[in-house]
Formats: sequence, structure tokens, C-alpha cells
Amino acid sequence: MTNDKLNNSKNEWPLWEVFIRSKAGLDHKHAGSLHAADAQMAIENARDVYTRRMEGVSIWVVESKHIQASDPGEADSMYDPASDKIYRHPTFYNLPDEVKYM
Amino acid sequence: MSVHSFQEHFDNLIDRDVTIEPKDWMPDDYRKTLIRQISQHAHSEIIGMLPEGNWITRAPSLRRKAVLLAKVQDEAGHGLYLYSAAETLGISRDEMYNQLHTGKAKYSSIFNYPTLTWADMGAIGWLVDGAAIMNQVPLCRTSYGPYARAMVRVCKEESFHQRQGFEIMLTLSKGTDIQRKLAQDAFNRWWWPSLMMFGPPDAESPNTEQSVRWRIKRFTNDELRQKFVDVTVEQARVLGLEMPDKDIKWNEERGHYDFGTINWSEFYNVVKGNGPCNKQRIEARRKAWDEGKWVRDAAMAHAAKRKARQSEVKAA
Repeated sequence: MTNDKLNNSKNEWPLWEVFIRSKAGLDHKHAGSLHAADAQMAIENARDVYTRRMEGVSIWVVESKHIQASDPGEADSMYDPASDKIYRHPTFYNLPDEVKYM
Repeated sequence: MSVHSFQEHFDNLIDRDVTIEPKDWMPDDYRKTLIRQISQHAHSEIIGMLPEGNWITRAPSLRRKAVLLAKVQDEAGHGLYLYSAAETLGISRDEMYNQLHTGKAKYSSIFNYPTLTWADMGAIGWLVDGAAIMNQVPLCRTSYGPYARAMVRVCKEESFHQRQGFEIMLTLSKGTDIQRKLAQDAFNRWWWPSLMMFGPPDAESPNTEQSVRWRIKRFTNDELRQKFVDVTVEQARVLGLEMPDKDIKWNEERGHYDFGTINWSEFYNVVKGNGPCNKQRIEARRKAWDEGKWVRDAAMAHAAKRKARQSEVKAA
């Protein structure tokens, strides 16, 4: 993704983010980005740039400018609330040895 | 946070081996150094297609041609991964192209040497890609996330490049006398420029210390060069070729091979633009860019038209 304030070339093809599903049953994962005039070209280019060795069975593209990202500067306050809630994990609970498979 | 505390936070991440991402605060010099290094690296991949492109139509068999095409296509891909990694730092693609076409940005000077015979395809894969891999493997752990991730992808693909080159050299070196001579001649011509690929000696590389501190670089130029010499001597033995350096000698004490003096004035001369093919390479890129303009414009016009038509349909 790009810092778009600094990156305002006028005639450039727009930038797209590419997400690839490596095989059926798995999530699409961010692979990288590329320039293309429209969505169809973005998918075709993504095929050539990111799946030359059968790395994917499905491609998503989205124009980079549509991605909203959280602010790393706020990471502490953002994720802090989860850090003291260890009771959300199964390992928080002690079970007697007789109980198996839970 | 003040600039000082931003800096402290950044240093702390670097010290703890935490990856820096595009939206993280970073010192201006870190950003600048990365833009320079990543874009030069991208340019090298793109210019690197030219010497090999020269032999695609004259590959000796269909197998060799398919392999060479795939390799050159990979290099285009590597250039694209790297350009988009650099773009995350705030420089546009067009600006990077502009820097390449105006000579403001450099690329690896090895690509300013000509590819005179088919054996050069072997020597380039074996030596030039071999040297590149030496440089690139540590970059998979470089401190800037998008660069590191691009390098993981590049390295995965690069090892086929070196193997196919070595295979060409092996075939030639086991062939007729003329084929052996071709292989040795290509080795002789590409050996020294390959050593130069690691950059100037540490003593004359003022940026190295800072880049190592930032974990942009993880080894110095001389360390990587030595490693390359050590493995290549062994590989040349397998090929039955003679090292193009009379001073190559195992040094028991150091546990490395000693090697002769590199002609650094040749290196600086090629970097300055006076190598055998500097002009030709840049001209080929400029021509491709200029002659491709109507295609880029037409694609944009087509996309705009299609978008307009779709919104008309929706409105109706």
C-alpha cells in the first residue's frame, strides 16, 4: 500500500492490491501490488506477476486507495483491551485429570 | 510524541529485530536509503532482461529457449515486486522510471557488459545470479517489511536461474573443444565483473555502517564477496574450468580462498557510464517507454469509457 499524499503521479495507471487464494479452502492472502488501468487488467496482470508457479487458484484485486488501514501509532490503545483477558483462552481453565477430550 | 521519542521508538524496534512497515514513523535518511536501494535493485532486474533477451531468438534448442524466456519473465516480475515495495515509501512508479531514464538512478553495472556468445547465458546464470543470490538471501530478513517480503518471493524464484546457468556451463564444458573454450571464455569475461557486483570494498563504502545498523544490510560487501569466491572455486572445479585469477589460493589460516586485486577503476568507470553497453541499455529502456506511451494512454481511455458506460446503464 502506498503513502498516497506523496504519490500523485497524474498519468499513472492506478495502483491495486492483490490477494491470492493459494488453494481451495484457504483464505485469500495479500500478495503484493501492481498498476493496471482497470480491474480486469489488474486480475490479468496479477496472474502474470504473482502466479507464474501455480501459487493461486483465485485472485482478488482492490484499488489501493479504497483500503483503510489502522494507525500503527494507536496500536497500544487499540489492542491493549484484549491483553488482560486471558480467560478468553481455553488454557485459563484448570480441569481435573479425569476429564479427557474437552 | 516529539521527533526525539519517535526516533527512540524506531531505534527500539530495530534493536528488537521488529519489522518496520509503511505507515510506521521512520527517519528521513532511512526512507531515502531504502528508496535508493530498492529502486536501484528494481532497475537492475529490468535492465537485466536486456543482455539475456539478446539470446532468446538464438537459443540452441526449444528447451533452452523456453527456460530463458521463463527466466527473463521472472526478472520482469522481480522488478515489479521491487518497484511496488519502493512505492510504499512514497515515491511514484513514474518518478522511478524517470530517474532511470535520465541516468539519475543507477543499476547494477554488470548489465553494461555485452553478451557475446551463448555461453554467456550460462555464465550469467551461474555467476551473476549466483552473486545476486548471495546478496539477496540476507535481504529476506531486512528491516523494512515490504522489501523483505518482495525478497522472499525473489529468492524462491532465483535459484532456478542459477541452476539453469550452471547446467548450460556443465553441458558446454563436457562438450567439444570449441564448446569448452566458449565456456572458459565466458567464465573469464564474467568473473571479475561478478566480484564487483558486491560493491566497493568495505573501507570505501561509507553507507555500509549505517545500513548495517538499520538492518537494511546484514553483511558487508567484502563478507559477501568472500563467501561467493569460496563457493564458486568449488563449483568451477566440478565444471573442470580454470579460475580466471592466478592468485586464487586456499588460506588455511583464514579458512577462505585468497583472491587477486579487483580492478576498481574499471568498476567506477562503468558506474560513471563508460561501460561497453551503458548507452545502449538506457536507450532500449527509453525507447520501450516512449513507444509504449500510446498503449498506456489507450488503456486508460478504454477504462474511463467503460466506467462511463457502466454508470449510464445503472442510471437508466
